[in-house]
Amino acid sequence: MNDSERLVIAGFGGQGVMLMGQILAQAATNENLETVWIPSYGPESRGGTANCFVTISKTEINAPVVTQSDTLIAMNQPSLEKFESKVKTGGRVLVNASLVKDHTFREDIEVFNIPVNDIALELGNLKVANMIMLGAYIGASKVFKPEALETVFKQKFTGNKAKLLDLNKQALLRGMKEVS
Amino acid sequence: MAKVLMKGNEAMALAAIKGGCDAFFGYPITPQNELPEYLSKHMKENGRVFVQAESEVAAINMVYGAGGSGARVLTSSSSPGIALKQEGISYLAGSEVPCVIINVMRGGPGLGGIQPAQSDYMQITRGGGNGDYHTLAFAPENLQETVDIIKESFTLADEYRNPVMIAADGLLGQMMEPVDLERSSNVKEAPLKPWAATGESGKRGHRNKIVSLFLDPNDLEDHNLKLQKKYNRMIDEQQRFEMIHTEDAEIVFVAYGSMARIARSAIETLREKGIKVGMIRPISIWPFPEKAFENLPKSVHTLLTLEMSLGQMIEDVKIVNQGRYKLDFFGRTGGVVPEPEEIVEKVLAMKEGAN
Repeated sequence: MNDSERLVIAGFGGQGVMLMGQILAQAATNENLETVWIPSYGPESRGGTANCFVTISKTEINAPVVTQSDTLIAMNQPSLEKFESKVKTGGRVLVNASLVKDHTFREDIEVFNIPVNDIALELGNLKVANMIMLGAYIGASKVFKPEALETVFKQKFTGNKAKLLDLNKQALLRGMKEVS
Repeated sequence: MAKVLMKGNEAMALAAIKGGCDAFFGYPITPQNELPEYLSKHMKENGRVFVQAESEVAAINMVYGAGGSGARVLTSSSSPGIALKQEGISYLAGSEVPCVIINVMRGGPGLGGIQPAQSDYMQITRGGGNGDYHTLAFAPENLQETVDIIKESFTLADEYRNPVMIAADGLLGQMMEPVDLERSSNVKEAPLKPWAATGESGKRGHRNKIVSLFLDPNDLEDHNLKLQKKYNRMIDEQQRFEMIHTEDAEIVFVAYGSMARIARSAIETLREKGIKVGMIRPISIWPFPEKAFENLPKSVHTLLTLEMSLGQMIEDVKIVNQGRYKLDFFGRTGGVVPEPEEIVEKVLAMKEGAN
């Protein structure tokens, strides 16, 4: 990671984009890095695109809203269209290729097409598509080691959610493999 | 103590508990709903009081009642909800009942919108209520500062026997950041409150009355003069601000809260271009930190006020400026959070205009 990493994570409501951002922010907190997570709230997050901004930094974070992102994670087509132009030159875009077909990408960005919905169905649960994408993201960016996110999983998935731990770990590692 | 990742509204709620808050009264409104939601669970666990009132007007009058009985009391809302509470705030100030009021600002006027704004500066610093009164008002820029100030504000409310307002905004309420809830802050145990109406008139030998009604004009003037002495003491003791890169600055920003944080990014970019900009960041917005403007270096020629409104704090900047420096303004409003690049462009345009 450079001194800081700014992400936009976007998708439909229900795809778990807020949780993806929170997991990264929690991992950053655990490693004593500075971090800010900002959700979209209000009518645009009901039914339309939901998105969050995450900044992870070795130094103090000033402006909290991400206007120029190092990374865009687009879980659907509208999110890609809304946020592709805000990616820095040389930045990276991770796309849910199960839902985004035939898109002409900017040429000055690095694109990772990962069919996370299809892979999730292979693993037996569509809901882990977001964790597959998170795996692909840390695989491509090296911002965190998988162990760092597994630690967060253990913090988040407690009580009757503990049974989801293994599936999510599996999804994370599978996502990493997609970009290796 | 390790930092914990918390949502702003929840961190504010927990800070209130740490600051010794005994009771909360409020009515829901976006974007501050996680604050009462958090308290609805955790106040009870801590043996304290949580009431969701039937309206904002009811809530602020419950604050008046509980505060009048000596409890440390909190209410929170967002802009239009705070507008509804103004009458109660005037009564609280007039009868010197301490309390803390958190405003997680959103766009106005009227119902406005639900996105972050700073367009309640006038409402907070001038007060929408009647009479010669003031409330202490603090405008933190990040969650750690917000938590520290909320913890301290219950102590300050007791010390001055006065309402304390926290000027937050939707961004601070909705964002998550790591915070240290245990970081030391000026938090003192609630003092004895011999003035409080505690229902012990028999034992005490006299009745404590919490009133703001004085029918004799001479009595009311005396009361006002007493209040004014207190406000002057606040002006002396509570001006809080941060000076950022003002030592060699030519253009000095004046910005608070989220806007100050955005301005920090603009300062970085402009300094990389060799443009000498700095910032006065008011942390207290009432009292306005006049002291910050006293010893600016000779290099300064312009004060650029930045707000998430169309220009409210700039009136205080004009008052303190006394015609010394050129004044300029940049603001976005209605819930639009400006990008640092917009401030950079504003400064570049100012430079261009000057040449």
